[in-house]
Amino acid sequence: MIPLLLGISFLAFMLVRLAPGGPFDRERRPASPEIERRILEKYHLDEPLLKQYARYLGGVLKGDLGPSLKYRNHSVSDIVIQGLPVSMMLGTCAFLFALGLGLPAGFYAAARQGGFGDYASSLVALCGVCVPAFVVGPFLVMEFAIRRKLFPVALLESPMHLILPTVTLGLYFAGRVARLLREGMLGLRDAEFVVAARAKGMTDVAVLRRHVFRIGVLPVVSYSGPMLADLLTGSFVVENLFQIPGIGVFMVNSSLSRDYTMIVGLVLVYAVLLLMLNLFVDLAYRWLDPRVSYD
Amino acid sequence: MGNCRFKVQGLLALGLATILILSGCGRREPRADVVIINGTDPESLDPAIITALEDYRIVPGLFEGLTRIDPVNAQAIPGLAERWDVDEGGRAYLFYFRPGLRWSTGDPLTAHDVVFSWLRLLDPRTAADYAAQLYCVKNGEAYSTNGITDASRVGIRAIDDLRLRVELNHPVPYFLDLCASPTLSVVPRKTIEALGDQWLQARPLPSSGSHTLEIWRLNDKIRFRKNPLYWDAANTANNTVEFLPVGSPATALNLYERGAADIIWDKDLVPAELLKDLKQRPDFHDFPYIGTYFVRFNTTRPPFHDARVRRALALAVDKRRIVERIIKGGESPAGHLVPTGVANHLAPESLGQDEAAARRLLSDAGFPQGEGFPVFEYLFDSAAGGGSKVHAKIGVELQEMWRRELGVRMELRQMEKKVYLAAQTGLDYDLSRSSWVGDYNDPNTFLDLFLSNNGNNRTGWKDERYDGLMRQANVEQNPRRRSELLRQAESILVAEEAVVIPLYFYRGFQFYDANRISGIHGNILGMNPVRTIRNSEATRTNGGVVHDRDARASAAAGAGKPQ
Repeated sequence: MIPLLLGISFLAFMLVRLAPGGPFDRERRPASPEIERRILEKYHLDEPLLKQYARYLGGVLKGDLGPSLKYRNHSVSDIVIQGLPVSMMLGTCAFLFALGLGLPAGFYAAARQGGFGDYASSLVALCGVCVPAFVVGPFLVMEFAIRRKLFPVALLESPMHLILPTVTLGLYFAGRVARLLREGMLGLRDAEFVVAARAKGMTDVAVLRRHVFRIGVLPVVSYSGPMLADLLTGSFVVENLFQIPGIGVFMVNSSLSRDYTMIVGLVLVYAVLLLMLNLFVDLAYRWLDPRVSYD
Repeated sequence: MGNCRFKVQGLLALGLATILILSGCGRREPRADVVIINGTDPESLDPAIITALEDYRIVPGLFEGLTRIDPVNAQAIPGLAERWDVDEGGRAYLFYFRPGLRWSTGDPLTAHDVVFSWLRLLDPRTAADYAAQLYCVKNGEAYSTNGITDASRVGIRAIDDLRLRVELNHPVPYFLDLCASPTLSVVPRKTIEALGDQWLQARPLPSSGSHTLEIWRLNDKIRFRKNPLYWDAANTANNTVEFLPVGSPATALNLYERGAADIIWDKDLVPAELLKDLKQRPDFHDFPYIGTYFVRFNTTRPPFHDARVRRALALAVDKRRIVERIIKGGESPAGHLVPTGVANHLAPESLGQDEAAARRLLSDAGFPQGEGFPVFEYLFDSAAGGGSKVHAKIGVELQEMWRRELGVRMELRQMEKKVYLAAQTGLDYDLSRSSWVGDYNDPNTFLDLFLSNNGNNRTGWKDERYDGLMRQANVEQNPRRRSELLRQAESILVAEEAVVIPLYFYRGFQFYDANRISGIHGNILGMNPVRTIRNSEATRTNGGVVHDRDARASAAAGAGKPQ
């Protein structure tokens, strides 16, 4: 894991510097080249890249992700500490929403394979996957916040404020989960253990629930790792639309503003989360499928 | 299987518990008296660092300078200094401080604090983008660029706690306006020396302005509370003010419509497609604003090194069409660079619109009916908030006008903002969309951009006559003659040499319900001090008074921390 993180940090550090323009290129240039030079010197941007990377890595090892080059009175660590819990809170809710909606929908479609219920739920799932958040979000706001006044339009001040962002963020993943579960379960329709269970006289629903679901859900479990990493690190569209103070907005804006330290810091946070969640997924596999072992 | 069901139930219970726990994490503060949607997140609240408009609108509430802006007419009026003497024909100022000034933490605020703040601004280690605002001070530039290291040689000196003497290189007619600029505000020495770049994280943060900083959460909110130790606290019209950094115009408008915010004070914060309808509403307020949208020529690239070509292109632009068809916000077409209404400004001759003259000029330059004219590019950036659409639409309109009237072909070249800036700075463009918002109420804030040695020139244009006229204007003490010199310089810039094509002057936009919100004035700088903004509903809720008790307790709670 450590070598992988080192590789990721090195690549991120070098790649962001390939983009033209720098963090201190603004509409208004400083009055003198001396000031520009001082700014670069202050943030060590005048040093050779490898030296900068070594300096950065030294800071990271001490838990310091460096100062933000855009928000110069804040450190990247502070921004992550402030925003990550908010993004994680929203991401967790969206994750649970995706599973809560996607699993029953997928199960229902698999159980009613070829019937109206299957087509209907598959169509809804497909819509969830196809319609992007920047369409779903404004629609939900317009209908439920502006017209019906059931929910707040934006900000994060109470549990009610979480509902629309959760639905907006989770709908896509709910659709993916439903489709994955349906495919996973249908693939097992003729498996030997299913035939055996049926031969013992179990009803179709009981076979699906007790035997097929447990194995058929494995593709969803595999997908859960990257899905959760995506959700926990925030979404630019949803956080921007609902004015949620997470780190999703910084993920995009730091690239646009060439905030080098912030970009690399956030990439590292994302990488750590992704690696950890994939590890959990591997462990969950063993828990769910007795055929899997890691000897 | 029973085991599996148990696991599933356990997971569901865990999920539910997580939701309940996490849902309780929403951060709630009581609604502020005034909630303002301010635009994107401020990059900093450090007066020496800030450069963006969003920052400029907030910082004066926390830190005040020797003078401050009169919200009605944007003129400089006494701030921390109650009066001043002007000596040596405008080359020296003696400021007299108000007796008994205090930081919000209770420590005395003296002339020595101004010396520290201004030297800090000039200090190269601060790396302040706007250090040049003090280059007019004796030895200010030399100190800022490492020419001298002895701070005592800079013309800023505290005679005692209540008197400050400032010596200038030459008379600067707008020096008192500069003193009101947030960049020159007074900042707390002890806090900065103790915490370095992180000094704004100190709580309580010593404030010299009308409010103290209670909360600053990036991408969430900034919350001010009234500073009871401010010298003019009796006239502060609110107890708490919140600034919401909303990036999406639709969200900003939704929050405003649902009452979660009282004021939107930026045109870019309402959806452009709704502007036409929104302008009809009684809560829409607009005013002339110190900003100009213009086109830059790269004068180092043929054929744009030829003034006749530049003038020809400028003469063929129908600015009214751009304003009426694309911008639609009531902006006025610009005949010159300095917006109408700026103090000390005399309008120069402008080129106007004359297609026949344009064709003649192009022909004189060797391109009759545009024959042989190379295909050129129009550079513009993909700004946020729908700005890119405006830039692109203007580009398309110009493309068509020049094709139709002059027979020349232009291609559009859109770039991401930082790449666009790098291209502009490196003169890697033919024509480029540009804009400028003035820092203070004087033509100089626009015209000095095009001095040969100014880093913001970005056209490659150097003109001895222009530089000479600007130099003369800078030392001219007679206001009328100075305005005339500036007029001549601007005339060279926009008419004779046509280095830029001014397209339109900005207008400022605000949305607020005037029956409820008062104390906002549309001045040309677009700078409205938060101290004057009153929400009559919030005042009624507080029993009709804006009371100091909460603020005093809050200030006292942190007394003794580093200042």
